[in-house]
Amino acid sequence: MSKRSDMTNTHNWSGQKLVSTDYLLFEAPREKHFMTGSEVLKEAMKRCTVDASVSYPITPQSEAAHLIGELWAEGYVGTYFRGENEFGVMSEVAGCAMAGARTVTTTSGPGTLRAMENFPQWSGTRIPCQLVLMARGINSPLTIQPDNLEVSFMLETGCMIWYAENVQELFDMSIAAFTVAEKPDVHVPIITVVDGFFVSHTREAVMLPADDIALEPYDPYRAPLPPIDSETPPGRFLRDPFVMKSNYISYATHASWQWEVRSAVERSRPYAEHYLKGLIHITGEEDAEIAFVTCGTASNQAKEAHRELMKLGIKTKVIKLRTIRPFPAKELLAAVEGIKHIFVPEFNVVGWLEKEVRKELYNKCEADIVGGPRVAGGMSMPAEAIIAEVMEKINPGKGA
Amino acid sequence: MALDIYKINPEFRDIMPQEIIDLEEKATWSVNRDTPRGIKELPDTKELLEEHSLCAGCPEAAALRYVLSALPKPEDTIIVNSTGCTSLMFPHIALHTVHSLFGNQNAVASGIKRVLDWRFPDIEKDVVVLAGDGATVDIGLDYTLQSFFRQENITTICFDNEVYANTGGQESGATAKGQVFKMAPLGKKFDKVPMWELATTSGCHYSVNMTASAPKAVAKAVREAILVAREIGPTFLNIYTPCILEIGLSANEGLGEMKDQDKDRFASYKYVSPEAEEFLKKCKEEGRI
Ligand SMILES: Cc1ncc(C[n+]2csc(CCOP(=O)(O)OP(=O)(O)O)c2C)c(N)n1
Ligand code: SF4
Repeated sequence: MSKRSDMTNTHNWSGQKLVSTDYLLFEAPREKHFMTGSEVLKEAMKRCTVDASVSYPITPQSEAAHLIGELWAEGYVGTYFRGENEFGVMSEVAGCAMAGARTVTTTSGPGTLRAMENFPQWSGTRIPCQLVLMARGINSPLTIQPDNLEVSFMLETGCMIWYAENVQELFDMSIAAFTVAEKPDVHVPIITVVDGFFVSHTREAVMLPADDIALEPYDPYRAPLPPIDSETPPGRFLRDPFVMKSNYISYATHASWQWEVRSAVERSRPYAEHYLKGLIHITGEEDAEIAFVTCGTASNQAKEAHRELMKLGIKTKVIKLRTIRPFPAKELLAAVEGIKHIFVPEFNVVGWLEKEVRKELYNKCEADIVGGPRVAGGMSMPAEAIIAEVMEKINPGKGA
Repeated sequence: MALDIYKINPEFRDIMPQEIIDLEEKATWSVNRDTPRGIKELPDTKELLEEHSLCAGCPEAAALRYVLSALPKPEDTIIVNSTGCTSLMFPHIALHTVHSLFGNQNAVASGIKRVLDWRFPDIEKDVVVLAGDGATVDIGLDYTLQSFFRQENITTICFDNEVYANTGGQESGATAKGQVFKMAPLGKKFDKVPMWELATTSGCHYSVNMTASAPKAVAKAVREAILVAREIGPTFLNIYTPCILEIGLSANEGLGEMKDQDKDRFASYKYVSPEAEEFLKKCKEEGRI
């Protein structure tokens, strides 16, 4: 088993050379591999000098959690165990992170909801842990199909939320995620989302740097709140009034804390901008009058529709949102300039992304916003469905 | 780690109330000592600000002082608490404490303990859970028992007042059968959950049921339980700290109530596993208890 005390100034406890995030993400030479999303998450965590991970099985993230366990057995992760259920796991993650560990966990669908009370607690205690959420449908009726309805429940937890489109993005994003979450002026939890199955179980070509390099370790003493390790003064002693006491100060304390958590999420923008190379990615025609605003694998399907529509002489562009919290409002507004029709294809029934887009563009943009196409319950979203939606709009009654 | 991390910021010292200065100077980790002082010095020391938010005369406040005075290594101890009356005391002590949610205390403590062992392999760090009976026996039972099953090296203390006090007097799993409380208008339907027995059968190496009537007995149990948890495995203490408010007693009647219960629902129960017994014998020989 690895020992933290084996770490040196240049190497982590498993003997990997410590490098900067910039080097790991942008400069280190890369080689091509062929991997699933679960496998690539193991590769990412292998290069992250992870202190702690707690897991619980649920399809489709179980394999990713198994593989992080293997990493621990191989000596790359400090401590790892299976918790009793997701509420327990997210609580154990909280304990690990409060005690000063770089901590990661994974879950899906129902696990997310079972653990729900923990997420605002994570952000409220300003721990920079990472949840890799491999989104899946919510019961009832029982389902293990892909769906991303659960993300709508996560939006107001005070955590950052990023969304990866494919296996490659999952790799890069989950490394950048720790780096941004741990910035002292950010220091809030981060949820990196992929569409379960479509990414977790799909094998794709991916470019990976060598595995003998890894991120610098997390330094809890740079955190805005003291770690709970008895090495620094207790957080509350002689400082904060306990917010449960009913007086004006306690109301103000709690209110300002909620704003502060949200401000911390906002302060992540420049870092995310750098490590993700932009909060949004645009593909397609610059002079298009039709835009698709997407995240996750819906982006992929929208790009396919864009290529088909090009053949029909219809110009479109795909605006892929990579961060959902913070929401890239300014970037989106700039990207929809001159656009007449906005479509928001989504893998869920409520259309949470459409709501986000409408809220941000309200009174700021003339474009007509169509919340669709929308699929749910695990159904795939063929490019034809997106094309049909566009044709119905620009050529009513004539079909695709 | 130095004991003086608990010092007040010198710039604020002249505006600090005397009781906070006392907390620094006369508390468990008081300066100029190599070892923490014990329960006998309780009358001259201070662990808890008088301005805590519990009802006057609530036995929980006294019991917490006994617990704090008995910590073998307070400067390296983290207390994890849970929502309820117990949680109201923790902002008023000078120790690292975590309040996260209602019921998840043993899960949070498990994460903390494992990471402290990973980060500080050469320092003994004690993690102690202290929560009410609702948190332990009802909403958090799963997490409590699972931490015993997993053999987490933590001590769990339940301040059993046999009721959900903080939410205004609802029955809990620890309430005696037949007792009428809010949400049990016809009387509680099932027996008091024998948490100390569950602890024994779920893997605890030391499990005790007692009242907080005798400070020395509480302190001894706390000291032993923490040492066993550090070296051997999970330990559990169930301590009766009656909610005088909900059972209609006045501020000076808590002690009498506990003494009565010493012979009844809280008649002494103690289980010590053979490994723990051997270890405690060694500790005694070495003068650690
Ligand atoms: C999820 C959740 N459900 C309910 C509550 C409300 N609640 C706060 S304290 C409490 C009862 C605490 O009882 P107990 O653990 O016995 O501690 P006591 O107040 O008696 O010391 C409850 C139900 C809560 N905070 N969170
Ligand atoms: S309500 Fe009961 S348990 Fe809570 S502080 Fe008052 S007497 Fe103590």
